[in-house]
Amino acid sequence: MKPRRPDRRALAPYLFIAPFFLLFAVFGLFPLLFSIYLSLHQWNPAEGLHTMQWVGVENYLFALSDPWFHDSLYNTLWFALVAGVPQHLVALPLAFFIHQRVRRGRNLLVGAYFVPYITSSVAIALIFSTLYSRDYGLINAALAEATRIPFLGSPLAALQAAGLPDWLGDAEFTKPAVAFVIFWRFLGWNLVLYLSALQVIDKDLYEAATLDGAGSWQQFRHITLPLLKPMMFFAVTLTIIGSLQLFEEPFILVDLEKGVSQSVMTSAIFMYRLAFSDGDFGTASALSWILFFIIAALTWLNARLFGREAQGNQHAAR
Amino acid sequence: MLRAEKVPTLRRARLKPGLFQGRPWLAWGLVSLGALLLVAPLYFTFVFASHARSEIFNSPPPLWFGLNAWQNLALLQERLPFWRNLGMSLYVAGMSTALNLMLCAMAGYGFAVYEFRGKRTLFAIVLGSMMLPSFLNMIPSFMVMDALGWIDEPRALYVPAAASALGIFMMRQYIGSAIPRDLLDAARMDGCGEFRIFWSVVLPLLKPALGTLGLITFIASWNNFVAPLVVMRSVENYTLPLALRSMQAPNNTEWGALMMGSAIAMLPLLIVYFFSARRLVAGLTSGAVRG
Repeated sequence: MKPRRPDRRALAPYLFIAPFFLLFAVFGLFPLLFSIYLSLHQWNPAEGLHTMQWVGVENYLFALSDPWFHDSLYNTLWFALVAGVPQHLVALPLAFFIHQRVRRGRNLLVGAYFVPYITSSVAIALIFSTLYSRDYGLINAALAEATRIPFLGSPLAALQAAGLPDWLGDAEFTKPAVAFVIFWRFLGWNLVLYLSALQVIDKDLYEAATLDGAGSWQQFRHITLPLLKPMMFFAVTLTIIGSLQLFEEPFILVDLEKGVSQSVMTSAIFMYRLAFSDGDFGTASALSWILFFIIAALTWLNARLFGREAQGNQHAAR
Repeated sequence: MLRAEKVPTLRRARLKPGLFQGRPWLAWGLVSLGALLLVAPLYFTFVFASHARSEIFNSPPPLWFGLNAWQNLALLQERLPFWRNLGMSLYVAGMSTALNLMLCAMAGYGFAVYEFRGKRTLFAIVLGSMMLPSFLNMIPSFMVMDALGWIDEPRALYVPAAASALGIFMMRQYIGSAIPRDLLDAARMDGCGEFRIFWSVVLPLLKPALGTLGLITFIASWNNFVAPLVVMRSVENYTLPLALRSMQAPNNTEWGALMMGSAIAMLPLLIVYFFSARRLVAGLTSGAVRG
């Protein structure tokens, strides 16, 4: 029999894309559907899956009424705001400045801001654990040193008399300390996103504005900001999605066994604990879907709030 | 698309000078100081890696390299099967990278070059799979691994991640713009089979894109913490991030040794990053810039 060329060509694209879809079916789609099924059941993991019992939406109701879940959700949203918003407030003007003024050494500068993003979250958490240490991590040592500076030192000395902050051991300081690490890690990522959007803005617009006597601030306010809206929408969406999944930084920075860990327990950490410490996979699955819908709702809200013009544009639409 | 009419006409009148006007050094200083602050923790990882635990928490703390690097390394090997963990990280990241290069190039090629039924829907699924938050899959995929008997097996780490959606997207973009169709037709005229064309004609032309994708995949796998946390059980099979975290104890953490471990985990990426930062950044943001 002769091989029939046209048939083989028609089949070829499916063979090329098959591996992805095979893997996605087994390790993506099936677990996703299975997770819905799990979220509607209760069972004893020690005795195996045959003890599974249908409980309907009970897991969802249980998760929704759990005060720990409320706390975790509050923490998650707190991090999204306190660690997320400053990322954009700093990254945007910074990108503008670098784009306009920095020619020589730009790669080095951008590279320095971006390097935390490609560094292992565990290594980052470990180094910050030492820097934050109470007796005497670098930060507290610097604070203690600063009390010796005349004038500036005296209010700090009062602070020191009250004891230097135990950054990762005192609930009052733990949250801001963790938030700073997150800010530190993702600032460069946002900077790079904004820089890439700035590079496609027509230079003539700035030249025209300069001829009209507009200073950098006016140029930023009236040219850059409006044209950056699509990218802002996109970057903020990424921050929302990322923040609501926050897991690694607080998980590694603050030991789960410690009491303070509750002050930085995000919803994703809570879900992990429910499943892998308490063995309650059913409720944990329900929780993951609740969290998914919260993310979807916030993303949608974000799109409604300031994405409307952006959506018409090319960038955000993907 | 950029629309010029959206830019409001600016007044001729002299407007108030901005904070940084005429004082460029102020902005420069701030921006450079920021960059230094960003890099400082990484610098201190390396500095602390060469100090004993007691020195790290001295007042004032060490700001320059010390003499304790070898002792820290010895301590690290005593507390952890460190080189095995390093090997495990290398193995998982290497496998994951090799598989991704092959499978993403194939799928990207399929989507870029052919017209076929269901193409738009299937590509939408690829993009959609990128949007799914990872925690949604954490529990059920753990159970899938359990059912497959893959718990504590390195393949549980590199097989599920073997064809990333971002990679397929990147490869499709690149193939669409860099591979001339005439070339493919010419190869067909010569009687090449479809896979042969992909393998010997297209793949060699994809080197730049494969390089970027390889870097991204390797870094992501090397740094991955959550996936090994869920499936790996025995310390010998831990990847580096997991092993390092396991050394952190409520009391008596050997910080010097731990910093040495972190420094070793960071160093290869920092070296690679130094030489390829621009390409890497361009690759990572490719999904955001061109849609």
